[in-house]
Amino acid sequence: MGDISRRHFVKSAGVAGVALWLGLTAKGAAGKRSTLAAAKNFTPFILIESNGQITLYNIKPEMGQGTYQSIPALIAEEFEVSLDQVIIKNTGGEKEFGNGQRAGGSTSVRGSYNEMRKVGAAAKAVFITAASTKWQVAENTCYAEYGKVIHRPTGKSAGYSELIEEASKIDLPKEPKLKDAKDFKIIGKQAHRPDIPIKTNGSAVFGIDVQLPDMVYASIERCPVIGGTLKSFEATEALKMPGVIKVDKVERIVGIYSFIGVAVIANSYWAATQARKKLKITWDTKGYETYNSADYDAYLWKHANEEGMVDKNIGSIDTVKTSPQNTIDADYETPVIAHHTLEPMVCVAKVTGDEVEIWSSNQVPNLITGAGDNDIPALTGFKPENVKYHNMFIGGGFGRRLYYDYIVEAVNVAKLIDRPVKTLWSREDTTKKGPWRMMTFSKMSGTLGDDGKLIAFRHKVIGPNFHESLFKTFDKTRLDPSMVEGIGTQDYQIPNLRTAYVKTDSHLPGAAFRSVVSSTICFPHESFVDEMAHKAGKDPMEFRLNMVAQTSDTWKLLQKLRELSNWDKPLAKNKGRGVAQWKFFGCQLGYVVEVAHDPVTGMIKIDKVTALIDLGVVVNPDNVKNQIEGAVIMSISAATKPGITFKNGVVEQSNFYDNPVPRINETPQIDVHILADGGRMKGVGEPGVPPFAPALANAIFAATGKRFRKMPFDLQVN
Amino acid sequence: MISLNVNQKNYRVDADPNMPLLWVIRDIIGLTGTKYGCGVAQCGACTVHLNDEAVRSCVTKVSRAEGQKIVTIEGLSKENDHPAQIAWNEENVPQCGYCHSGQIMSAAVLLRENPNPTDEDIDAAMAGNICRCGTYLRIRKAIHLAAELQRKGSASK
Repeated sequence: MGDISRRHFVKSAGVAGVALWLGLTAKGAAGKRSTLAAAKNFTPFILIESNGQITLYNIKPEMGQGTYQSIPALIAEEFEVSLDQVIIKNTGGEKEFGNGQRAGGSTSVRGSYNEMRKVGAAAKAVFITAASTKWQVAENTCYAEYGKVIHRPTGKSAGYSELIEEASKIDLPKEPKLKDAKDFKIIGKQAHRPDIPIKTNGSAVFGIDVQLPDMVYASIERCPVIGGTLKSFEATEALKMPGVIKVDKVERIVGIYSFIGVAVIANSYWAATQARKKLKITWDTKGYETYNSADYDAYLWKHANEEGMVDKNIGSIDTVKTSPQNTIDADYETPVIAHHTLEPMVCVAKVTGDEVEIWSSNQVPNLITGAGDNDIPALTGFKPENVKYHNMFIGGGFGRRLYYDYIVEAVNVAKLIDRPVKTLWSREDTTKKGPWRMMTFSKMSGTLGDDGKLIAFRHKVIGPNFHESLFKTFDKTRLDPSMVEGIGTQDYQIPNLRTAYVKTDSHLPGAAFRSVVSSTICFPHESFVDEMAHKAGKDPMEFRLNMVAQTSDTWKLLQKLRELSNWDKPLAKNKGRGVAQWKFFGCQLGYVVEVAHDPVTGMIKIDKVTALIDLGVVVNPDNVKNQIEGAVIMSISAATKPGITFKNGVVEQSNFYDNPVPRINETPQIDVHILADGGRMKGVGEPGVPPFAPALANAIFAATGKRFRKMPFDLQVN
Repeated sequence: MISLNVNQKNYRVDADPNMPLLWVIRDIIGLTGTKYGCGVAQCGACTVHLNDEAVRSCVTKVSRAEGQKIVTIEGLSKENDHPAQIAWNEENVPQCGYCHSGQIMSAAVLLRENPNPTDEDIDAAMAGNICRCGTYLRIRKAIHLAAELQRKGSASK
């Protein structure tokens, strides 16, 4: 990290453009700009300095998913450097690095796999040519290893940094030869992430840790009623508080909404929070003060009988004969939840004239500096070229930091004062102000044929659309495919299938949450498949396998999972196993969850979780395991902990004491297995979330006969 | 002015006596390894050692720490080589990493008090520290490894 400001580019280059970024820097000599070697073609991703230092630039924000290792690893593999001999820097939305500077959709590694390897391979080819020219030997007698080119017959070698002059005269190949997977030294191997040492001694710099000379702090009071905004404020008492510098109104823009709050700027964060309590504010709650969760839930069920916008309509479902003997109808509910990144929303900004410099932790640096209508420059009134951004380590993203409402707000605070300002949200602010993962309700119906197979299946999703709250251009006349993600595209072969979505209105700012809408709609879908299996008197694993082609991904996944989880081995009394899988935006994972029920206390304990993720190709296996272990914990949270509820327009929860997340004593045994058979590359960060809740609900049913159709599950079953 | 001893260094700070130690450490002294997560002693991200005991600095008034010995993550070891730190690296524990200063500070006290903790001991001692990324399995593993390293270390002394 750090020292991003001392970076300078010799020449701008698009992401796709191949180039070599060579420089000579005067290390540590502040203010003394480096002399740059004559440079012909540049890649911004690699910097070689004459002092031997090699820097690789990581364009995928590091929020715990491991891109600080996995992205540079792709370059390093082909460039023939080891990650322990390079410096890694995170990029901050600089034009040179293009539009790929974002982390979301479990796309970071699979989306960069070819491009980043080509960057490394092209650079390596140049250095080999450079060395062979310098030594006047044939290129094919030279090879690269550990940052050096070696002449095989003589053993003569030169470090990349010694070849800068020659290399700078050589064009990079456009289609460099990539290594054969069998020759990989980094990809697919167990590796320690280079950000771990600095995350164990306190030296990693997160957004909240940015410190600048003369910096002041801000804390913002926002309307307690969501949807409301400022009418007037009175700050006499607040201004008398020690350390207070200024109080003024500020705008926060979150999606389509604009909210005005009152910022207190003080010489310490604590002083700002104390003075904030003394503000006297009149809010305009615009009628939203009557909003209650129970009423909204009733409103959703009222709309559940509408046909909605149809997604898949296979066969002729309305002609299927139903009877109580062969059909089940069921209603499922999920709650609104907060992401609860442990690092609260935070941003440091400094406005100088018509320029702004920003330091924060965010998943989409390309939108912080971008030129679009919804990007930071447009939202804050700065020209794109006058916005300079530094992206720090992110203390948890989970989708919350795809949004930059807190950056807009912090930039607006910075406009109020001629000093750098750190605007920090409290835990209560992050719980109460959103944007949140919205709820979905599901109306399910299934019918069995005489052979006990599913012949008809309906899944209708009912709920608000978070995209509507985010984009003014949202078209409510068309089906948003995100809202039915996966429910019509599983590998199950069901002759009559109808999936649909009923959009409801909402004034709440909505957000993606890890795995997006699959985080709520997989639970009813895969639980209901289980309900139908039991209705048919079939083993739920067998029931699923009987519905998929033997050539399908799901067949492969479930067969392997069946074996890994000892599915067919009988369990003791009061224990149960549940299975669920989910295939969605380029990811697939299956779980078998084992639970034990204590008939005396009624308590359900999760004994063991077996996970199988299908990746095709894996870059850092241990990191994949860490991601899935974490997804299990996050899913236990979403499935069993209370969500966010509203009373009189106000969020009822505040902090971890009334909006808890799982703790270490709630952690089951988790065995993660990876399918990496060279198939299509798939994502890692999100697939661990969707199928966990249904696998757990299915296991609880197997152990107790109690069927959960509504989150949060009460783990005391009597 | 309030006198503090942080990581064996003396500081005199100009702060309201009611200001939580967390903000003094972070914003005045400038040691940012100690994190803010909840402000109400619920998450443990702000854990430091006050006279060798783990405390939540977000609810500890700076006046309570006056003249006493404070150790933050930056002062736990010189070379990132406390057995817990070594074990955390070995087991690749962190994801986002935000909570781990606090996790390690809590674990260090556990390891001193109980050189051979069971899973149950670890769960009891570490339940005050939230990891939203969910690295709890690895925290358990790392504490077992740290205990082993600690035993080997003291045996070789």
